[in-house]
Amino acid sequence: MISRSCFSPASALDFVPRHELEQLQLRRLQTVVALSYENVPLFRSRMKERGLAPEGILSMADIAKLPFTVKTDLRDTYPFGLFAVPMKDVVRLHASSGTTGKPIVVSYTKADLDVWSSVVSRSFSACGLHEGDIIQVAYGYGLFTGGLGAHYGAEKLGATVVPTSVGNTDRQIMLMSDFGTTAICCTPTYFLHMIERADSMGIDMRKLPLRAGIFGAEPWTEGMRQHIEANSNLKAFDIYGLSEIIGPGVGVECVCQNGLHIFEDHFYPEIVDPESGELMPEGEEGELVLTTLSKQAMPLLRYRTRDITAFHTDRCDCGRTIRRIRRIGQRCDDMLIIRGINIFPSQVESVLLAVEGTLPHYQIILTREHGLDQMEVQVEVTSQLFADTVSGLEAMERKLAQAMERVLQVRVRITLVEPRTIQRSEGKAKRVIDRRQS
Amino acid sequence: MKITQLSVFVENAPGHILAPCRALADAGVNLRALSLADAQQYGILRMIVSNWQEAAKILEAQGFRVKATEVVAVEVADRPGGMADVLGALEGTGINIEYMFAFPYERADKAILIFRFADPDAAIARLQTAGINLLASAELLAK
Repeated sequence: MISRSCFSPASALDFVPRHELEQLQLRRLQTVVALSYENVPLFRSRMKERGLAPEGILSMADIAKLPFTVKTDLRDTYPFGLFAVPMKDVVRLHASSGTTGKPIVVSYTKADLDVWSSVVSRSFSACGLHEGDIIQVAYGYGLFTGGLGAHYGAEKLGATVVPTSVGNTDRQIMLMSDFGTTAICCTPTYFLHMIERADSMGIDMRKLPLRAGIFGAEPWTEGMRQHIEANSNLKAFDIYGLSEIIGPGVGVECVCQNGLHIFEDHFYPEIVDPESGELMPEGEEGELVLTTLSKQAMPLLRYRTRDITAFHTDRCDCGRTIRRIRRIGQRCDDMLIIRGINIFPSQVESVLLAVEGTLPHYQIILTREHGLDQMEVQVEVTSQLFADTVSGLEAMERKLAQAMERVLQVRVRITLVEPRTIQRSEGKAKRVIDRRQS
Repeated sequence: MKITQLSVFVENAPGHILAPCRALADAGVNLRALSLADAQQYGILRMIVSNWQEAAKILEAQGFRVKATEVVAVEVADRPGGMADVLGALEGTGINIEYMFAFPYERADKAILIFRFADPDAAIARLQTAGINLLASAELLAK
């Protein structure tokens, strides 16, 4: 029993009594619904279709009356159609890959950035970090929310931030060792890669002062946790988030490492049946739906995350009152996460169509080499693709690879294969073969 | 003077050349000349056959990706310097050879070079001016 041993001032909001939390949630829900209705045409028209006015939200149970928001809504309103505040109040934009060529855009007011910093800071605190820790942020900095999200949260916590961003692994490891980094933030697969590199550099990760890893942006398993913890001296924690909602910091594991606490004073979680959209009985598996309770620039009502999970029904040993979800292992759509980047097979199709004019049979093959995800796209050679010279074929492979990389933001190896060599089942090719072992 | 060659896309793995060859054998198509270009993952099987339209139809019906390309067949003396004479005729013209392969001829003192030029017409004109003997399709296939 750990019982409140991880309580710290930064985490105070995680421990408020349930009835106080629920009052706060309702007040915030009413505000965000009114704001959305007032300023976002899509939300207003959908609520009107249901004969629903903001005044109709009288209890948290009324949230079920609200329409869902889905990822394609963000694409269809690209770039700024879901913003609920004037552009002058937007102080930050981030973007992540959409389902086809265009990215999806998310925005933040100053207050939104404060909320974001505070939930990430609470995340670190839940993992036992505090002032005096040296936190190395090896998520990508830029349009991706991972780097800057972790960065501001770590600063808010009062820790010392080392903003290495992703890549240049040898230098990461050198700095980690020289600076005495105590916590690392990155994707779990990138950390696996670091472990391998450190080993070949003759550095024993287990002898470094590292004591916590806050890993996210992709699903990972208990098996990976055991491997990471056995090969380094840190405790590996799962952090959850998605840029549509805010970025990292929607939820996190505490030191009990038994489910992820959702910061539900800001993000209201529901679990629904992915088919019917009906609420699942407490504790049963379904799709996670999130409502941003305090976001200003781009509030989302009942956003379908496509992530499959379930609520824990028991109280966590840490004493937090905010609910926990099971760690996420699967999705109910075809989204792939490669090195922390979201990828849809439809993006691959859009590139093949653009380059070729027709859609050849293709297959995405995912592997893991030295801890890093590799993506290969096998393309059955078509008449348009087939050149009579090796240099011509290689140029075609390069052209496709470059076009893929521009859209997906991930390096892709293109392999041309003979017609009819990609396996079909019932006439349809299996689009994705995932050989990344957990 | 241009000759039509068929190129077939094959995977660079054991057994992958057999299938197109067997398909042509079963249809009674004779392979007059053959070469294989290989990359890491795949290869290009290039061949000159007795009836290329028919051969292309057979291969495509079996699911192979086939491309017809125009090449030039050059007859050279089968002695030291034979090849150099041909290349010498092209020197300084800027005519690029994309690839080539050679095979012996029935006539013991001659060999045949198959060239794929970036600009076949310019190459043909140049070689003929230099008095080099080019083979027409019928001559090449006559056997």
